Amino acid sequence: MIEIVSPSRCTACNICVSACPTNVFDKTPGAPPVIARPDDCQTCFMCELYCPEDALYVSPKAGGWQGISEDDLVAAGTLGSYRAAIGWTAGTAELRRVDTMHRVLKGG
Amino acid sequence: MGSASSPSSESHLDCDVLVLGGGPAGTWAALEAAKSGARVILADKGFCGTSGATAPSGTSVWYVPPDPERRHAAIVSREALGGHLADRAWSARVLDATYDGLNHLGERGYPFPLDEAGAPIRVSLQGPEYMRLMRKLVKGAGVRILDHSPALELLVDGGGAVAGARGIRRQQGDAWRVHAGAVVIATGGCAFLSRALGCTALTGDGHLMAAEAGADFSGMEFSNAYAIAAAFSSVTKTLFYKWATFTDAGGDEIPGAASNGGRSVIARHLQTGPVFARLDRADDAMRQSMRSAQPNFFLPFDRMGIDPFTQRFPVTLHLEGTVRGTGGLRIVDETCATGVPGLYAAGDAATRELICGGFTGGGSHNAAWAISSGRWAGRAAADHGRRAHTGAARQGAGTVGLRDAGARPFDPAEAARTVLAEVHPFERNYFRTEAGLGAALDRLDRQWEGLRAAAAADRDGVLRTREAAAMTAVARWMYRSALARTESRGMHRRMEHAGADPAQRHYLTSGGLDAVFVSRRPAPALATNGAEIAA
Repeated sequence: MIEIVSPSRCTACNICVSACPTNVFDKTPGAPPVIARPDDCQTCFMCELYCPEDALYVSPKAGGWQGISEDDLVAAGTLGSYRAAIGWTAGTAELRRVDTMHRVLKGG
Repeated sequence: MGSASSPSSESHLDCDVLVLGGGPAGTWAALEAAKSGARVILADKGFCGTSGATAPSGTSVWYVPPDPERRHAAIVSREALGGHLADRAWSARVLDATYDGLNHLGERGYPFPLDEAGAPIRVSLQGPEYMRLMRKLVKGAGVRILDHSPALELLVDGGGAVAGARGIRRQQGDAWRVHAGAVVIATGGCAFLSRALGCTALTGDGHLMAAEAGADFSGMEFSNAYAIAAAFSSVTKTLFYKWATFTDAGGDEIPGAASNGGRSVIARHLQTGPVFARLDRADDAMRQSMRSAQPNFFLPFDRMGIDPFTQRFPVTLHLEGTVRGTGGLRIVDETCATGVPGLYAAGDAATRELICGGFTGGGSHNAAWAISSGRWAGRAAADHGRRAHTGAARQGAGTVGLRDAGARPFDPAEAARTVLAEVHPFERNYFRTEAGLGAALDRLDRQWEGLRAAAAADRDGVLRTREAAAMTAVARWMYRSALARTESRGMHRRMEHAGADPAQRHYLTSGGLDAVFVSRRPAPALATNGAEIAA
């Protein structure tokens, strides 16, 4: 479930407000969006992927939050980690072409 | 005009083809319709590009090169699992359309991985990448996208033909009304608000709207797919549990538990206690392949500090309903028409029995069906929509929540909970019995009667009200069909009728709102050998 909108990183571009498929966020004039309807969050991590500032953190717990701090996430390199893993950050674009599903399908 | 109370602010649009749903099927339909010159509008309940079950995940695709032997092998390999209800001619058409569609996707910039010879490998798609590209292509084709714009009801003309839809814009707080020559329902399956990945918005809204306009369904008994996930997580990826060892609370291996062929054993154990998994059957090379194949699978484990290859973690089964089931709107011809003039169906909203009978083992066939049915429905809707008579009077076909049928108020959240209590539990939906299905139907029928006698919902409550009504209706088609199939076939399992009954190798049509009906249709003749296809 969406847990953190980092006020220090967020530029209030509101891309997450648009991109969230279940309309969890609300715009706030001149400020970061608010998590208005957390119970509607489906823990799909799409908002993280669409955030150009790596300002969002989705807890992996589908039913709740982890109570984790932004400092801990930064220290662990977690903010933006999913976006990097699929090749959607500037330095990781070559990963977009890495998909070893064919090996998984053949294996075992 | 419609008899429902019109909101004060309603934007009014006209087009040839209106596509409801912006997942794979909807975007392929919109692309194909636009390609043939139609004016197209696509309305998505959420955001086209992130909505639906595909976008947050990754999926294999039933992509088989046009080599007759390989095509034939691909078709027959799944026939027994599906209970011999798939149709070889439809399967061949889908393989053709999917092959062509994925090649097209490669030409338009999808970054398929390359083999040693530098040739693209097109057997899987990464959801975020795939759906981001589909949105871009749809926009580039001139399609107008309405995001966060769930449809509430279809509009029909005086002759009963579907001629548009109306809905709300959640982020503007106003409404939309689209007059169209044809409508494609691509709203996905119904997963009953389970936590299965990407399924929250998949509440059967399109099923209800189509039924209100007169469409019916096929294969709704094949609606009890359950997927394996870590107990804390939304991320379902049953395929990866092929490499799991399943254990009980004491750490003892559970005999017979497996992702395929042993999922019912897991369900049985979950009824009385926790089940744990560890993906320890994957060797080092496979572990690396899995990680690079599906980054989304590992995300929850990494964030919880669990190594799923070496540490035991609790698992659960999330209901995927008709998303991973195979039942849906009945297709009456090769254009994916529903039988209601002007109304077409594509993707998980439509029945997938034609290519996989009563069972899908993974995303592969559903992904292929979304591409194929989307393209056919889009093309046919464009042909129909451009010829359709415009300017005819239209009225809303919707029922529950849209028009006052009585003064009785009701709570949509409570109505939803009532449905979930009937369809989530294993003892009711996984392990089906005559008594269990009958009792559930009594309660669901009563709930429907209550909804039908209710007052129209207000602006804030109308979406949740329509969702609750849709789930109630879908559950009734499911269970009435499940009651009629007194055998076990495909994913449908009746406790008192083990095994398939050769006399019941037929399709079940279902439908109806106040009175639900089920009737039989013949399945295609059994092929004694595959020579006719391979030739």
